[in-house]
Amino acid sequence: MSFLELNQVSKSYGSTEVLSNINLRISEGEFVAIVGYSGAGKTTLMSLFAGLIQPDTGTVTLAGQRMAGPGPDRGLVFQNYSLLPWLTVFENVKLAVDQVFPGKTEMERIKHTEKFVAMVNLRSAREKLPSELSGGMRQRVSVARTLAMNPKVLLLDEPLSALDALTRSTLRDEIARIWQESRMTVVLVTNDPDEAILLADRVIPLTRGPSATLVSGIDIHLPRPRDRRFLNENAEFKMCRNQVVTSLLAAGAKPKTTITRDLVLPDIQPEDISTPRLSSNRRGPTRARERRREEVEIIP
Amino acid sequence: MRDSTVPTAISASAVAVTPTPAKLPSSNRVAFAKFDWLLLPLVGIAAVVGLWFALSATLSKDLPNPIKTWEASKPYILEPLAKRGELDQGILRFTWLSLILVAKGYLMALVVGTPLGFVLGLSKTMTKALDPIIQVLRPVSPLAWLPLGMVLFLGAGRQASELAALFTIAICAMWPTVLTTAVGVRAIPQDYLNVAKVLKLSRWNTLTKVMIPATLPYMFTGFRLSLGIAWLVIVAAEMLTGRPGVGGFLWQQYNALVYEQIILCILTIGVVGFILDRLMSVVERRFKTI
Repeated sequence: MSFLELNQVSKSYGSTEVLSNINLRISEGEFVAIVGYSGAGKTTLMSLFAGLIQPDTGTVTLAGQRMAGPGPDRGLVFQNYSLLPWLTVFENVKLAVDQVFPGKTEMERIKHTEKFVAMVNLRSAREKLPSELSGGMRQRVSVARTLAMNPKVLLLDEPLSALDALTRSTLRDEIARIWQESRMTVVLVTNDPDEAILLADRVIPLTRGPSATLVSGIDIHLPRPRDRRFLNENAEFKMCRNQVVTSLLAAGAKPKTTITRDLVLPDIQPEDISTPRLSSNRRGPTRARERRREEVEIIP
Repeated sequence: MRDSTVPTAISASAVAVTPTPAKLPSSNRVAFAKFDWLLLPLVGIAAVVGLWFALSATLSKDLPNPIKTWEASKPYILEPLAKRGELDQGILRFTWLSLILVAKGYLMALVVGTPLGFVLGLSKTMTKALDPIIQVLRPVSPLAWLPLGMVLFLGAGRQASELAALFTIAICAMWPTVLTTAVGVRAIPQDYLNVAKVLKLSRWNTLTKVMIPATLPYMFTGFRLSLGIAWLVIVAAEMLTGRPGVGGFLWQQYNALVYEQIILCILTIGVVGFILDRLMSVVERRFKTI
């Protein structure tokens, strides 16, 4: 039985359909990565999971329950950290803890907060404001805040894309470690096939938008923990990467569409003395300011 | 031999030193730059005082010159806390009276203006409904509001003039707070609101823990602008109501044909306004760091 399920979900903004006919079943404890082009609607998909937006058609269900809105049972780690800049690291995490565990005593909540600040190795920075932290540290606070809510599903929306390469690999390993300890259901959205393969049990490519949809997923059976350094030469890793990239490229190759548009030609008169002066009763324009219809090919 | 060496030495040193004359003005400029924060304003003040002398000596003979002004203002400045009569008090006493009135009116403006700004920022419907009224009322001069205030509080008897003044200050000073708060609320990043949504914060908690802290920098800009206006309005309010204060004193002395103290009052109003603005911008910067 699937834990998190998207059933024929589609979502449009205005007249452009961003996501079309998305079907996805994720079982409990699974780590699923969705890989797609930027602008393909990855963040829209995440917002649907989180309940920040509602699908136009279809349903999103969690453990058999249809989702009506956002909630702390689906912990979302935002792409741009989304920490509250007037609160310290500790206070940012504590805000979530206070909200999710109103039944616990203040001491328990402080302890709980401390535990998650320590989990992402930020104990020494607990009294700092987000503006005093590096990008990687901010994202770790964001991860700590989300994990501290004890969500049923962890939603990672390009959590590493704003970071430099070195910080990225450290934080990626940290996410892998935390997942192995907690074994919670994770949905990761990313534009990096390697990152997806290194972290996930299953990688699902998202086709190019508009009207992006999910194509069949690729199961990754690489043993964990997966070490980036040794995997580059690993035959299975190479094969997985090949599959993911091929299916992404195939998904991107959509038929070209053409549109017709008005073409305004430049108003140029030949510089020739013999040309008779333009008189006002001349028959309509022949060349100057002439409008033509032009067919333009667009690569989506 | 000695005689012949000396000129060469001089000429040699002259050659070596040639770059120095070019350097000298720049080092002078450095020394000047150290004091120009003090020097340049003094030059400016001296120029204005000079112009004042010239004006009082030539074009407008009724304008008292700076020396006469100082002589006439001395009792008010040197005994700033003296009280000789209701409209004959030391300048600090007058300032204090004006400040109290401004403080009351200003607080009313903030108490009414901040929530109104929040409502406008949160609700498009309210913005559409109220924005035209605000845009029409905002440019109305305090001189126009005051008579309305008098009429409003006619029934209050002896209190009427104070209430009318407070009403005028509050209604004139309110608009910057209302408008900047509304802008600030609209400028709250969607990310913060998403955090509130994901955490399922209650409406009250969203307001107090996310929206108000996120709007504070804007609110304080509004507060500073409002304070400036409140202080502007005080003079008009005191003039028309005849209440003791800097503005009332100014108007009374004008009517009594004592022109010297008019300038004293203008300078006092300016200095106090400047100090208030500085104080508020310190507070504002404190919140800008967020």
